Amino acid sequence: MSSLKGKPDEDIKIGVYVCHCGHNIASTVNVEEVAQHAKGLENVSVARDYLYMCSSKGQNLIRQDIMQLGINRVVVAACSPRLYEQTFQNVLRESGLNPYLLQIANIREQCAWCHEHGPLATEKANRLVSGAIKRVIHHSSIEEQTVPIFPATLVIGGGIAGIQAALEIANSQQIVYLVEREPSIGGHMAQFDKTFPTLDCSACILTPKMNEVARSPYIRLMTYSEVVDVSGYVGNFTVKVRRKARYIDEDKCVGCGICIEKCPWSTDSEFDADLGLRKAVYTPFPQAIPNIPVIDRERCVYFLKGKCKACEKFCEAQAVNFQQEDLYIDLQVGAIIVATGYDVFDPTPISQYGYGNLPNVFTSLEFERLCSPSGPTAGQLKLADGREPKSLAVVHCVGSRDQNFNAYCSRVCCMHSLKYSHLFKEKTGGEVYQIYIDMRCAGKAYEEFYERVQGEHVNFIRGKLASITPDMSDSVDEEKLVLTCEDTLLGNIINVTVDMVVLGVALKPRSDSEKVAQILRLGRSRDGFFMERHPKLDPVATMSEGIFIVGCCQGPKDIPDTVAQASAAAARALAMVVRGKMDTGAITASIDENICSACKVCSALCPYGAIFFDETSNVSRVNRILCKGCNVCGAACPSGAISTRNFSETQILAEIEGVLV
Amino acid sequence: MVALTLFKEAADMIREAGGEKLDNCYQCGLCTGSCPWNQVRSFMVRRLIHQAQLGVIDFESDDLWLCTTCRNCVQRCPRGVEIIDIMRAARRVITETGTSKIPDSLRLAITNIAGAGNPLGQPPEERGDWATSLKLKHHVNSYTLYFSCCIPAYEPKVKRVAMATAQILKVAGVDFNILADKENCCGESVRKAGDENLFRSLANKNLEAFSEAGVKQILVSSPHCYHSFKNEYSKLGAEFEVLHMVQYLAQLISDEKLTFKKEVKKKVAYHDSCYLARHNAIYDEPRQILKSIPGIEIVEMSDIKDNTLCCGGGGGRIWMDTKKDERFSDLRIQQALDAGADVLAVSCPYCMLNFEDSLLGFSDTKPIEIKDVVELICEGLS
Repeated sequence: MSSLKGKPDEDIKIGVYVCHCGHNIASTVNVEEVAQHAKGLENVSVARDYLYMCSSKGQNLIRQDIMQLGINRVVVAACSPRLYEQTFQNVLRESGLNPYLLQIANIREQCAWCHEHGPLATEKANRLVSGAIKRVIHHSSIEEQTVPIFPATLVIGGGIAGIQAALEIANSQQIVYLVEREPSIGGHMAQFDKTFPTLDCSACILTPKMNEVARSPYIRLMTYSEVVDVSGYVGNFTVKVRRKARYIDEDKCVGCGICIEKCPWSTDSEFDADLGLRKAVYTPFPQAIPNIPVIDRERCVYFLKGKCKACEKFCEAQAVNFQQEDLYIDLQVGAIIVATGYDVFDPTPISQYGYGNLPNVFTSLEFERLCSPSGPTAGQLKLADGREPKSLAVVHCVGSRDQNFNAYCSRVCCMHSLKYSHLFKEKTGGEVYQIYIDMRCAGKAYEEFYERVQGEHVNFIRGKLASITPDMSDSVDEEKLVLTCEDTLLGNIINVTVDMVVLGVALKPRSDSEKVAQILRLGRSRDGFFMERHPKLDPVATMSEGIFIVGCCQGPKDIPDTVAQASAAAARALAMVVRGKMDTGAITASIDENICSACKVCSALCPYGAIFFDETSNVSRVNRILCKGCNVCGAACPSGAISTRNFSETQILAEIEGVLV
Repeated sequence: MVALTLFKEAADMIREAGGEKLDNCYQCGLCTGSCPWNQVRSFMVRRLIHQAQLGVIDFESDDLWLCTTCRNCVQRCPRGVEIIDIMRAARRVITETGTSKIPDSLRLAITNIAGAGNPLGQPPEERGDWATSLKLKHHVNSYTLYFSCCIPAYEPKVKRVAMATAQILKVAGVDFNILADKENCCGESVRKAGDENLFRSLANKNLEAFSEAGVKQILVSSPHCYHSFKNEYSKLGAEFEVLHMVQYLAQLISDEKLTFKKEVKKKVAYHDSCYLARHNAIYDEPRQILKSIPGIEIVEMSDIKDNTLCCGGGGGRIWMDTKKDERFSDLRIQQALDAGADVLAVSCPYCMLNFEDSLLGFSDTKPIEIKDVVELICEGLS
């Protein structure tokens, strides 16, 4: 007899369903015995075992018992509730029962799979089932809730990921805000010369999409802007955006470029990886969207010294406005797609590679700019002394697959290294050496591209590069570099002498990703990239409902994968926005306001920001939409004022009693 | 360890000498794993290819002369690397540049071929002597030519193959001709051994002789002649049909031009030669022939058809010395014995020569007979 109070008065009729899971459970646990054991317990009307409870036949057993025997509580003894709880909840729902009148006893992961001794495992399964039966008696109906979704989406980041996501949403005639930190959208893809494996010109395939963004009536494009705060929750986020002063009136500017032409002050071009120069008033590249310049306050001589204004003098449209100030605007959106991209690894700390000291050692991004017709050398490969290089070494895994820097594989470098081989051969006809650890060419037509480049007489040396040193031999007039490594396939140390070296540097999380994670309440994985909800089954959603991550902010990936993921996230956002509402979990915390002592321990601990303090009534309250039912608050509340639905003290104690007695 | 410096020119020489597909190798090592040498000694084919890619190949290494061109690696290579072409190209570089020494026994055979048109250095005018007793047509214009190969023409142990072949053709009433002293070695193994120039000169002499005699169809006993005429001479302007005897005779049998009168009560294991099987995908005809001879029971060895085990004689190895415990032919005879065969049937003079030599090393005086398929046909006819 249960010694616990609060047992419902209604006539409890429990159905118990024990699953064999093929041999997964049945090879260790005697499932027939477990069903027999359950039959003898109080309130149990029926207990059955079946080969696969999750199959439609198995589900039908439960359905029939509810209909025909009037079963009003269900216990399923099977695998983890993470896998099939929703399936069985649905069976209850379809049969007219509240889905929360169900309890799962996990006799697979927590019993059959972790024990070898059959009789003891069966005994444990019996006890787990007893606990579930005792518990389910105290289950009551819980009403599910929906949340309205505001029909607008925010996309943060205007690289190829953000552009793709924004276009997908706009093409469904839904409003989307695209916020980009730089003066133009385009991201890293705009900096690339060619794209592997098809060798399409990167700008040629990107620019049409950028123009489409500019044209779309559904996209509100905000460049030179940053998200500084996000509040609210799924369906109803309030986003504060800082629109940095451009000092050019976007409505007046006609994009003639006279201001850039007349500006007398130059500085390193970030877009050209600091290899070229730009003016203090500039657009980062010729195809910039919007084609409206920005005055760089840090470099503009008027801002620094109070004199010049050459741009203003020549601007016929009178668009230059030195009085402009940063604007803060609030946006209301229902869903957020984060597409903030990546930074490239700075190889300076690997001192043996001499980056920064040896002028002919470049990073991959720098090499992209040197190859690009719009780059600082107009696409001509040149060494520091102006000579055309006759030989190139491409070094793989610089800062990747290296626990001293980044343990992960950056995924794109093998392929862009092959691309560099091809481009170098095409431009110079010179000799190319690939110094690699493994060739990872997993992608459609990637292996074929590898084979093609091999066929262009590229030398592949397997080994991690040990050092780059200047060539000191007397016979050499021109400056050359000597690379030393073991060719692990030969078992010999090899010296390679070349004119130019490209370091295939790692893709890294953005330097401010921690701050962005805080603003958006996103998790980060150990490598610093934003954390997806499930690495395999939900790689675009996050633990924050209504916020999705796409592209390299989630982890290094190539353009095809980025575009696919961006489209997927857009579909997820659209599914919410178009339907206008969303189901959220019913298992949430509730605070008994009569007991709450206003200590605020709960709100400080809540990982979802779901508890807020109501100053007027001096109690804490739960936002049921944000709450995930983790019960951290319930465990911490010193007054015992908080309980989480379906995890009441009565239920938990009843379960414990069932397991122990 | 002294660091190696890459020598691009060496890699280029190999590429230019016929190893164009060198660069496509991604160093998986399937070639090494498939190479029969590794059943008897170590031969790192994969490493040799990589050395060639980087131009750090050791031209003095004996390894360069090991490859028997059996093609087991090439047929399996996931990147389509023509490993035989690379081996041939490396040998060609040695032959043409004198970078290092050609093995003595090979050099002797090549000198003989260059001088006398056959590897044994026998007088050219005696090339047709094997046929004297058979009273065959010599030097007469004829549609069909039987080209015996140097080994059956001169080598006492193998002459019986040429004679049996000619007898069968006569029984079947085939109108054919031999060119005797007008014939030269086909040059197949010469080419694989790296002497491209000698190969060209042999090919030109043969093509001229064939053309003078008005030959339109050539029947050959050696898979090496077959390969050379069919796949290499054709690129030099040859316009004649080439058939190996097993193809031609299988057809004669199925056309009932040959009828067997006697039972040959023997268990026969057929050895697929590399150049018929792997190089030219001819596996079925010899088995059809054996099946049609009354009394013969075919037993199969473990490595057959395109997985056949090389006898060790291709790529010029037939003329080179192979250490006693490193001979593939010994392994093959053991396979035939394990299969319970009384006869190991062959269709290649090199294979026959190697197996006959191997038999000398077996303590049992004659554990198994080595016979060409044509000899077994003869037994069934008489």
